[in-house]
This record gives sequence, C-alpha cells and structure tokens, in this order.
Amino acid sequence: MPKIKYITHDGKEYDVDAHEGASVMEAATSSNVPGIDGDCGGALACGTCHIYVDPAWFAKAGTPAQDAEQEMLSLLDNRQDNSRLSCQISMSAELDGLVVRLPRGQH
Amino acid sequence: MTPSVNDEELARTTPLDQFDVSRPELYLREGLHPYFKRLRDEDPVHYCKQSAYGPYWSVTRFEDCVAIDTNHKVFSSDASVGSFVLDDATLNPVVENGLFLPNFLGMDPPRHDIHRKVVSPAVAPENLERIEPLIRQRSQKVLDSLSIGETFNWVERVSIELTTMMLATLLDFNFEERRNLTRWSDVVTASPGDGVIESWEQREKELRQCEATFQKMFAERKAAPPKSDLISMMAHSPEMADITPEEFLGTVVLLIVGGNDTTRNSMSGSAMAAHLYPAEFEKVRSNQALIPSAVSETIRWQTPIAHMRRTALCDYEFRGKQIRKGDKVVMWYLSANRDERVIANPMAFIADRKNPRHHMSFGFGIHRCVGNRLAEMQVRVLWEEFFKRFSKIEVVGEVTRIPSCLIHGYTSIPVRLSK
Ligand code: HEM
Ligand code: FES
Repeated sequence: MPKIKYITHDGKEYDVDAHEGASVMEAATSSNVPGIDGDCGGALACGTCHIYVDPAWFAKAGTPAQDAEQEMLSLLDNRQDNSRLSCQISMSAELDGLVVRLPRGQH
Repeated sequence: MTPSVNDEELARTTPLDQFDVSRPELYLREGLHPYFKRLRDEDPVHYCKQSAYGPYWSVTRFEDCVAIDTNHKVFSSDASVGSFVLDDATLNPVVENGLFLPNFLGMDPPRHDIHRKVVSPAVAPENLERIEPLIRQRSQKVLDSLSIGETFNWVERVSIELTTMMLATLLDFNFEERRNLTRWSDVVTASPGDGVIESWEQREKELRQCEATFQKMFAERKAAPPKSDLISMMAHSPEMADITPEEFLGTVVLLIVGGNDTTRNSMSGSAMAAHLYPAEFEKVRSNQALIPSAVSETIRWQTPIAHMRRTALCDYEFRGKQIRKGDKVVMWYLSANRDERVIANPMAFIADRKNPRHHMSFGFGIHRCVGNRLAEMQVRVLWEEFFKRFSKIEVVGEVTRIPSCLIHGYTSIPVRLSK
C-alpha cells in the first residue's frame, strides 16, 4: 500500500496507507485526516480537497491533468504553483511516500 | 384552510407531460416530493411545455444536477442570455433605465472569476475565525432574550434576527440600522403589489439609498487601514481596480440576498428538524461533537434554495433528450437532495449521517456557494448556544411556508422551548 504524509497548516503530520487507485482526498477522509473536506466526493466540483504538493514530489504529482481542475483551482484564494485538487491524484506504487501540505481551511 | 389535496395520489395519476413542479401552491403545502420522486424514477430530464415562466427542463437526479452545474460552457448563468433562476425578472432590470445590479452569480467566466475573487477571502475559514467571536456574542444575546414556556415565532425572533446580525457583522454595518439590510434584500427581489413595494419607482428609490450607503462605507474603508470586514477587504483588494461602482453594488447586494433567505431558512429548518426528529436532536444534545454533522444535515434536509437555472448556449443532447439553444434548464436541488441513488433514506433527518457534506444545497462547480462556511458557522453557533440554554423545541401551532419554487422555507413557526 502506497504511503502518504499529510502535513497540516500548523505542522501536525498524519501518515496514511492508501489503497492502490484511491485518491489522495479519499485516503484522507477515510482516515479522518482533518483539513480535507471533499464535499463533492471527487467530482471536481467543489474545490474543498485543495492541497499543496511537496516540492520534492512536484514533478510526479504537481501538474493538473485536466482543464477543469485548473479552472476550479483558479477560483481558490490561497492557490500556489504547487496547488492540486487531491481528488484528482490517484495513488500508485510510483507515488509511495508522497508528501502533501494542507491549507488552513477549505471553502 | 384549503381542502386537503392528496399529492401522493395526484403525483401517481397525473400524466407526466402535465407535470409542472414550479407551481407555488406545491411549495406552500410542501407537496412537491412525490412529484419529484416520480420524475427521478420515470423521466429524470423532463420537459414542461407550459408554466408561468414559459417552457423549461427539469433535472431531478443528483448526478445529473452535478453534470449541468459543472458544465458552464454549455449551461450559462449569464444575465445577458437569461437568468440563474427560473423567473427571468429576478434581479434583472424591469423599468426602462432602471438600476441594473450586475452580480457574479449571473456572470460567466472571465467576469465571474474576477468578482468572486474579490469577496472570497472575506468568507474564507481564516477570516471567519476572526469574526466568529462577535457572531457568537450576538447570538447569545438573542437566545438570552427567549423565555421558557412562552409561545413565539422562531422565524422572526431567531432566524431573521440572527441572519441580519450575521450580515451586519460580515459587512461591519451600522448595527442599529441593520434591519436596512433585510429590507434591501427584500426590495431587490420584490415587484409592485407583493406587499413589499408599491411601485417600481419606490424600488428604485430605496435601492439608490442602499447604493449611497455602501458607496460611503467603501470610501471610508478605502481611506482607513485594512480590516477583516467584507467592505474593507473589497476596498483594499487589487482586483477591485477592474470593477465599476455599479458592479460593486451588485456584488454587495448579491451577498446580502444570497446570505439572507438561505441562512434564515437553515435556522428555521433547524427548529423544524428538532421538532420532527426528537431522537436525532437528543443524539446531538448528548454528544455535541455531532453538531457540525447535524448542521450539514440540516442544510441538506432543508435545501433553502430549491433550484438554480441555466440557459443552454447551444443545442446539446443530455441523457437522451435534445436540449435546444436558449432552453431554460432547471436543476432541482430539492429533488437531488432526496435522490435515493446517492443519499440513503433521503427523506429522513439523520444527525450522524455518513458523508453529511455530500449534498446539493450549495450547488457545485464555479458558482458553488462562496458563503458556505459562513452559513455553516452561524448555524453551528446557534446549535451550540441553544444547547447551553434549552433542551427541547416544540412546534405548537400552524407552520406557514413560502409559496415559492426558489426560496424553500417558512414565514412562521410557532414554538415553545423547555429548559
Ligand atoms: C445555508 C445557506 C446558504 C445556501 C443554501 C446557499 C446556496 C447557494 C447556492 C445554491 C448558490 C448557487 C450555486 C450554483 O449555482 O451552483 C449560491 C451562490 C452564492 N452564495 Fe450562497 N447560500 C447560502 C449562504 C450564503 C451566504 C451566507 C452568503 C454570503 C454572505 C452567500 C453568498 C453567495 C454568493 C456570493 C454566491 C455566488 C457564487 C458564484 O456565483 O460564484 N451564500 N449559494
Ligand atoms: S472533492 Fe470536490 S473537487 Fe475534489
């Protein structure tokens, strides 16, 4: 099972074993990691699964694949270059050890 | 009293091509659910040939509403092609040379995005943490004024009062004059003879006062150092450079209208749910960690905005139906939130529901409610403070509802509280 490390805005760390194929959003909400809401359930329709990809992982997981994700991201007020919607990152062996940081809040 | 109508029976026997779920009397008697259920099951993308608002499509399943809401390139909410509600006249100019209030719910990108970004930081969780203490203090005062054992209208004394205070706090509006906010919110959506205004001229005159008030506040806050209220944040926002004075007013009015009936009816819905589902209410009272979940469930169960509408920008086939350019397409959030395909036991209020945030009430896509966390915070504070003072709400008289297919809510809920 690929591992993900979530780091909250105030520095708390949560390590989660994700199922292969689960999204970074699902892995967080199913293990009660606070700070990711995922209101739309992964439909790319709410923007409440916003995360920052750690610089070391940027090449592998930093770039949105779809225009629709870019569009939802562009409406967030705490967006940065390494912002992603975590429901759009699917976990695989290649992403084992992924580190993501969480914003202060989702809305 | 009207003679009782059996909506279950009517929904079963009326031919589908005669269905019109926009009729106000259905909302006045809360009779629409059986019609929506039949549409979801038998004709989830339904064409109504004739209604008070002309022909329109009804989309009634959850997943289909999400699909329309997120496809804004085909399904527009821009005021130039129609409106974001079924009735074209709402928020659009009616008198010649009348005051037009452009607002970003009625805009497509790129204009929409600029406006939304101006207000978004003011209602982001970080900023809400700053205004929560004042909202709590003001909520406490209102709840302290309620007497145990006395019968009163919850809508007036609690829902309207707290919503008005919440908006006044967000805008840092003169607190003594806060009822002006409620008045302007009513006036902007009013038409002559509806009990709110007498003539279009009166509407125009009152809105000009509203404009003058906010222009003055804007100028004062621009000259002062930045603060955490919405007007100050707008005044100091770099994106404001691209916004005209009329657009500024349109945006402020959108926030007042958008935050008003919706939050009010979430609080009214809280009282109704507490009365109708006493075991669920008790569950939350004895385990207050459930409050956030109960708040989301209240907003789902109530669905304060029954629909949003879009206009098709081109011919488009959707779930086997041919939608034509210019057609009105209505997403019935009230039905989506009762869709058994997505929500288990959807008619019931369940305080500890799995995935309580997964509901349709705030819409989805680029127009998804920007005030969602503010509304949730206000309703959460209400429940938290309520439990410190009372243990039970009972509805003790006739409840009256709003005869509207847009605002799903109440005008009167007579209640009695116990310690
Ligand atoms: C429970 C309370 C509320 C409900 C149910 C609600 C519902 C909605 C809905 C259904 C939409 C349109 C979504 C769409 O078209 O996809 C919306 C948009 C909006 N709401 Fe709310 N709302 C609530 C509270 C508030 C509050 C408190 C505010 C602000 C003070 C607010 C401000 C807005 C604004 C500005 C928009 C337009 C967003 C855009 O076009 O990008 N709402 N809301
Ligand atoms: S969960 Fe809604 S956009 Fe990712």
